[in-house]
Amino acid sequence: MFGGYLPSNYLPIVVFIIIAIAFGAGTIVAGYLVRPKKTYPEKLSPYESGMKPFSDARTPFPMRYYIIAMLFVLFDIEVVFLYPWAVVFNKIGLYGLIEMMLFIAILLVGYFYAWKKGALEWD
Amino acid sequence: MHEKVLIKEPATEKTFRDTEDYYFPAYPQEPPHYPLSKTDEEEGGNFFRSEDMLVNMGPQHPATHGVLRVVLDLEGEKIVKATPYLGYLHRGVEKLAENMTYQQFITLTDRMDYVASMLNNFAWVRAVEKLMQIKVPERAEYLRTIIAEMQRIIGHLFWLGVQALDIGAMTVFFFTFREREILIDLFESLCGARLTYSYFRIGGVDSDLPPGFTGKLHKFLEEFPAKIEEYDTLLVQNRIWLARTKGIAYISGEDAINFSLTGPTLRGSGVYYDVRKAEPYAAYDKVKWRVPLGKSGDTYDRYWCRMQELHQSSAIIKQCLEKMPLGPIMAEIPGMTMPPKEKVVTEMESLIHHFKIASSGMKVPKGEVYCGTEAHKGELGFYIVSDGSGKPYRVKVRSPSYIHIGALDHMSRNYLIADLVTIFGTYDIVMGECDR
Amino acid sequence: MEIGLKILVPLIEISVVLGIVLFHVAYITYFERKILSHMQDRLGPMEVGPHGLLQPIADGLKLFFKEDIIPAGADKIIFSIAPIIVLVPALIGFAVIPFAKESITIFGLTFKPFITDINIGILYIFAFASIGAYGVILGGWASNSKYALLGGLRAGAQMVSYELALGLSIIGVLLLSQSLSMVQIVEAQNRIWFVLLQPVAFVIYVICAVAETNRLPFDMPEAESELVAGFFTEYSGMRFSFFFLAEYANMILVSCIAAILFLGGWHAPFKFLEFIPPTIWFILKVYFILFFFIWIRGTLPRVRYDQLMKFGWKVMIPLSLANIIVTSIVLYIVRG
Repeated sequence: MFGGYLPSNYLPIVVFIIIAIAFGAGTIVAGYLVRPKKTYPEKLSPYESGMKPFSDARTPFPMRYYIIAMLFVLFDIEVVFLYPWAVVFNKIGLYGLIEMMLFIAILLVGYFYAWKKGALEWD
Repeated sequence: MHEKVLIKEPATEKTFRDTEDYYFPAYPQEPPHYPLSKTDEEEGGNFFRSEDMLVNMGPQHPATHGVLRVVLDLEGEKIVKATPYLGYLHRGVEKLAENMTYQQFITLTDRMDYVASMLNNFAWVRAVEKLMQIKVPERAEYLRTIIAEMQRIIGHLFWLGVQALDIGAMTVFFFTFREREILIDLFESLCGARLTYSYFRIGGVDSDLPPGFTGKLHKFLEEFPAKIEEYDTLLVQNRIWLARTKGIAYISGEDAINFSLTGPTLRGSGVYYDVRKAEPYAAYDKVKWRVPLGKSGDTYDRYWCRMQELHQSSAIIKQCLEKMPLGPIMAEIPGMTMPPKEKVVTEMESLIHHFKIASSGMKVPKGEVYCGTEAHKGELGFYIVSDGSGKPYRVKVRSPSYIHIGALDHMSRNYLIADLVTIFGTYDIVMGECDR
Repeated sequence: MEIGLKILVPLIEISVVLGIVLFHVAYITYFERKILSHMQDRLGPMEVGPHGLLQPIADGLKLFFKEDIIPAGADKIIFSIAPIIVLVPALIGFAVIPFAKESITIFGLTFKPFITDINIGILYIFAFASIGAYGVILGGWASNSKYALLGGLRAGAQMVSYELALGLSIIGVLLLSQSLSMVQIVEAQNRIWFVLLQPVAFVIYVICAVAETNRLPFDMPEAESELVAGFFTEYSGMRFSFFFLAEYANMILVSCIAAILFLGGWHAPFKFLEFIPPTIWFILKVYFILFFFIWIRGTLPRVRYDQLMKFGWKVMIPLSLANIIVTSIVLYIVRG
């Protein structure tokens, strides 16, 4: 299945994930048995400082957050490239260094473009 | 001939902050009439496309200083419009006054601005004394000044703690309450109460300073500058605090006057107006002190003004303690002020006067009077209409919190939600006084 | 037998680690309250147990017995699972944290001082930590409350922004250690701690860690004076406590990572102090950073949201990139 390689180091992680989910779900289920369940419309209404909400909360929200998310994806890819590069840095030598400097330089161009375009401004 | 009337234009929708006018088209006079269909009229007429989110902030919200409700028109996090809705703490204090004698109403003024009750008492008795034209003995004037300035320190300390807490600096809140506690203990020794004092009397004050009071007060005043320094190190040397206050909630001096702001909120914009200087009362003209004025009219300047007022208040108290003469603490005008207790139990006339005043009120001349007093928030004024009976015909309170809320929309537009809590803080609103 | 042991040992280790982590999460809330109180001239919890020592247990029990309210307009499924999405990544990060130097043998079973040592340890933690942001955004969105929505959006934007600088800040350490495995990173600090070689990275890391865990002065998503409680405004009872647990578990996790990456993990600072067990050193370092977190909470006001974003994008990211460039060039010259 793994081409003959069994990642046995990862087995405890899988077990841990299962246990963590079980802990979360188990606590909620156990709590369900003991906690009170007395609901009425006022209690179930969403909190808006004690007043009746004006409207549904699912309204369109500004583009700003979307731009941040897009920028994040770009930069996160960079981070992902940097990790393996950092680990094998000693082995790949000058070629690797220059290569990564170029990569960062290209990214910085985009970064300053975004900065100048005002994508990083909040107002 | 038509006389030219000079009226200052009220603050318009547009300030320097509004680069675009995206709220409402400005209608100088009547809005143009568009014929509406019948159904449209029932629905409430035209409205404009908007992507804004309407959010209630308050009355039940941790940062609205009680029960202020503000309806926010948000664009993302930016405030497009902030509409305050008042009245959640309305107790009809003004109406209640009509069924009370002037003396009885002192206790109700305590409940208005419960952070600084003494100043409310002071404002009320001053208004009544102005109406009755009572001259207060000199020692009482000094006592009143000392107490009022102590109360001002308490009020400003409370404000500082709450403003810092709103911005997230929790520790300052506890530090200011530490000092506030000392002064409240002193008040407790003075009149027995810790929150609602009712210490002022029409014609003077309730009692003289208890033994040990001046010593403790002197000790406090000696330590106080170091404490102010401590707050300053926590706040003014902190870049986050500066970023949160400088340039926030700007209001120009002209706008501040037009919104009839008073107190530190006005002086932060650089307008020289302090009732204590403009029409000196009590002992304020007998001591040396200065009015701190802001420069830029932002939250930081108002913060600075209040911090300086702490120093000025301590200076006033110090000088008053030195200069205070001995003498009576109540004016004795038969039929107008309460006779002292010793005379009530020994003299027939005093007993009768006491009975008359306590049962049917004082002899108050017919007339109207307005008297403003500088509370720590601003000018606290009482407008009294008297019909000559023992009870006021009508009382109107000019409470600074209420007036300041009027400028909320103007000052909060185009700032973020996070700034709104600083703006509540910078007015130092207390809803008990605002809604009365 | 072989396979049974292979499962049994991790199972015991996981339960022990989970227990320890939850215990510390409970008591870090106690320490926070106590330390803050003493900074602020007050006593803090004093009623439950001696000096309020049982307060966390009382709090936990109270939350357990609280009603679990799901608002009427909420997206029930997402609302229910969002707290678990937040909690699970915060807990499983501890799988790769090495707590001590040597393995111990009890009843013929060898227990390693970590649950597992994978060769991408640090990457694994950050990968799972990003999942936590989903839980926060989904929780905020599913509540159908405006405060929760604003809090969730803020949290999402803040967490992704600071995750970048956080991820970039540790690359300097990786360049020095030439490994992603937590154990090997600690062993690489045998001679000198990386905090001395990478001071800028350490500062960036700590600032970003504060922002990642939504603590003051960067507690925008739950700024109580603005958004009441932010993304968990609508949550109550156990589900609320999961967000709470996750926040503190994350705090401990980032402190552990800081101790491992920068402060030399279980290594003693000086040779003559090596008689103190390595585990104690590790715990001391973690608690030092935790104390720092609590300390700045007692000192600083909250920044504004736009200032936070500007700081993250315009200061932290360029700074961490510059740190990488300088580190790699210097390293190349030094190592030849």
